[in-house]
Amino acid sequence: MATHHLAQVNLATVRAPLDTPLLAGFVAQLEPINALADHSPGFVWRLQTEDGDATAIRPFEDERIMVNLSVWESLEALRSFVYASRHLDVMRRRREWFHRMADAYLALWWVPAGTIPTVAEARDRIRRLTRDGPDPDAFTFRSPFPAPTGAAR
Amino acid sequence: MAGMDDLPADRDLAAIGLLQDPVRRALYGHVVAAGGEVSRNQAAEAVGVQRGLAAFHLDKLVEAGLLEATFRRLGERRGPGAGRPAKLYRRAAGEIAASLPPRTYATAAHLLAEAVDQAGADPELQAAARRAGQAAGRRRPQAGRGPAIEQVLGARGYEPYRDGAGLRLRNCPFAQLAHEFPVLVCAMNLALIEGLLDGIGEPPGRAVMDPAPGRCCVVVTSKDNQD
Repeated sequence: MATHHLAQVNLATVRAPLDTPLLAGFVAQLEPINALADHSPGFVWRLQTEDGDATAIRPFEDERIMVNLSVWESLEALRSFVYASRHLDVMRRRREWFHRMADAYLALWWVPAGTIPTVAEARDRIRRLTRDGPDPDAFTFRSPFPAPTGAAR
Repeated sequence: MAGMDDLPADRDLAAIGLLQDPVRRALYGHVVAAGGEVSRNQAAEAVGVQRGLAAFHLDKLVEAGLLEATFRRLGERRGPGAGRPAKLYRRAAGEIAASLPPRTYATAAHLLAEAVDQAGADPELQAAARRAGQAAGRRRPQAGRGPAIEQVLGARGYEPYRDGAGLRLRNCPFAQLAHEFPVLVCAMNLALIEGLLDGIGEPPGRAVMDPAPGRCCVVVTSKDNQD
């Protein structure tokens, strides 16, 4: 079994509250797409409240920013779900629902298998990526880094 | 990539030169159209040449980087009686390109995609793709055989083929860019195909996203199984 899993955090600034018609299309996709993630090969964990999603978690000063935080067995597993499943069809409508983010909005990093990242840690990875660019501690799909080999750090 | 003498790389030129031979071109075309792995016997039979000649040319295509070869046992038999594994051929993943004079549109496309992505201009890109598709669909030549959408997509390099869902597309004409900017480029591609359908007088809603690893993200659903 792999010694490391891949953590991903993704931020999105909603254009309007979730209970408005503008966001209705997004809200309608939450449950089916989360269920698709849960049953995707290589899925390990995702952040959620008792609502079954993470839309109520707003850890930034700008409370329009939502957090999507999850853990996957590999970069390929996450990539297949994000870009090669029905999830892609939802993502293509992202500008209807979300503002463009000025800074990094997605960060990836490796965690020792069996551990789960916190929201605070995820915020820190986004900050690092914005500040330093991709490195092994916070990277992107387009500039990936391999999982650490050997014992967990 | 241009060399010091401003000619395309030797490897790319050699690969393209190989396809001047009609037998090689037919073999390459057969392997590509098969969409998977093809044995020497299958390729020889399809093209109508001896197995030995097919093998010779197939291996030349592998050397040139146009095809990839794997060895696998065909059939159920295992153990000493199963015989040697068969050599199977499929299209190579890499791309061959040569432009004279040198043109590097891939670099321009990459920079433009990056800028569109950062500007959040997905809707504008999709609108432009839809318009381009509509115009191209209206301009299509009338003479060809088969359904218009199949011809139009074929002419644009999508390599359409039929399956239960409708018309699937074996080749992504934007593969490199789609790998780097999947959301941006796949949405652009869908809008382009919607526009093509509209331009030839078909309902644009026949084009839907149905992504899976290893194929184009769009399927053109059959007329009779739309929602």
